[in-house]
Amino acid sequence: MPSPRYWRAIPSRLRLEAVRCRSCENVVYPSRRICPHCHGTEWDPAELSRTGEVVTSTIVHIAPDDFAMEAPYVLALIETPEGARLMLQVTDCDPEDIGPGTAVNLEFRRIRAEGNSGILCYGFKAVPAG
Amino acid sequence: MREVAIVGVGMTPFGELWNDSLRGMFAQAASAAMADAGADHLDGLYVGNMAGGQFVGQEHLGPLMASQIGMAGIPATRVESACASGGAALRMAFIEVASGMSDLVMAAGVEKMNDGADVTEILATAADQELECYHGATFPALYALIARAHMATYGTTEEEMSWVSVKNHRHGAKNPKAQFPREVTLEQVMASSKVAEPLRLLHCSPVSDGAAAMLLCPLDQAGRYTDRPVKILGTGLATASLSLADRKSPAILDAVKDSAVRAYKMAGVGPTDIQVAEVHDCFAIAEICCIEALGLVEQGKGGAAARDGMTALGGKVPVNTSGGLKSKGHPVGATGIAQAIEIVEQLRGESGDRQVKDAEIGLAQNMGGSGASSVVHILGRV
Ligand SMILES: [Zn+2]
Repeated sequence: MPSPRYWRAIPSRLRLEAVRCRSCENVVYPSRRICPHCHGTEWDPAELSRTGEVVTSTIVHIAPDDFAMEAPYVLALIETPEGARLMLQVTDCDPEDIGPGTAVNLEFRRIRAEGNSGILCYGFKAVPAG
Repeated sequence: MREVAIVGVGMTPFGELWNDSLRGMFAQAASAAMADAGADHLDGLYVGNMAGGQFVGQEHLGPLMASQIGMAGIPATRVESACASGGAALRMAFIEVASGMSDLVMAAGVEKMNDGADVTEILATAADQELECYHGATFPALYALIARAHMATYGTTEEEMSWVSVKNHRHGAKNPKAQFPREVTLEQVMASSKVAEPLRLLHCSPVSDGAAAMLLCPLDQAGRYTDRPVKILGTGLATASLSLADRKSPAILDAVKDSAVRAYKMAGVGPTDIQVAEVHDCFAIAEICCIEALGLVEQGKGGAAARDGMTALGGKVPVNTSGGLKSKGHPVGATGIAQAIEIVEQLRGESGDRQVKDAEIGLAQNMGGSGASSVVHILGRV
């Protein structure tokens, strides 16, 4: 896979940049042209906090090839204080301890080396808080 | 709009069909449907297929498949809505006949998954690549996230999910076309290996090859082809966001509900009129969420339905009498057509040991992705 698709995602994926809709004030992540809540098109920049809470989670045992060395790993839907939701891995934890309501910090990590070309992919992972 | 009937059906067995190619399976199912209707021509063809380009490197299936059955030249198009491609193809054929554009149209579905490609990765292309797959999401993982949310919201248990698998294998054991026509015990399901917790191997549908096809024509022309036409009473298609993060609750499949509401409204019937249903049990939790969204059980009560026998043969509303995706198999593009075929055969009274007595109205629900597409068809005996 060519790498320009990773440059394009740098603001959202590596800096957690989101946008706030000027008409309904919902935070939308990642940014898009039309607000899914009110169809508004005017935005202000918003950055997501590096904290959040688990909405729902799973422990993945059968992984895609690129993640085979990581399995078993926790995959979770995380909600930040701004109300944005992201799907992230939860790491540095006992997988059994993670569930709805688990408080997490979001940390910059290596996600994987992609395919045969081994492109290094970075992004955020969640780590239990405290 | 004209009234539309299904006048012929045909399908391959589902399974690991090493000796059959994508095109060969299509030709087998299509020929059987043509023979069932005694038809020698077609005015159009829709081929439901999710990922021929990725599984076997073959796109452009409309003309390829038309020419495989001696119909080169007719209008023929591939339809793609991930695992709902078959149901979407049926809907396109219905619209074309109902509109008066064409008189005899084939809706088919086909998928060749066992030809050496990385199935997990290909199926994941129906999820959000940038937001979900990038972080290691697989389809079992997405449905596991849905399952955990359903458990947290409604108290659904792993044992209840396991009863869905037990029930569907019990049905599939009576289906000679099923990939795994044998029963499994609750203990076997609950002891099978973990895939994505709380989902275990026997909560997941298998990787399958297969094809299915049906012929549609105006109801007032059905007598030319069959004395047992089945009428399409209603069709509904709905979508939701691809990404779970964009949905209000990951425990609720809004697209399934919306597609059902549309189909019920068009058919002029409600959930209590449904006597037999095929629903998209790609994972055990999906059947639970779908029967809730279809209104066959109360929201949050789907878990108990399989355990209590309500959705088993002989129960209040038998669900997945074919064995479902779990036991019958799930060649993704073919599934939606195969589901509709099971309902057609039930309404014709041809289901043998699986027959639901005096079934007059049935429903087929086909889903794509983690519930981002859902197609519902309601069929009635004429
Ligand atoms: Zn807005």
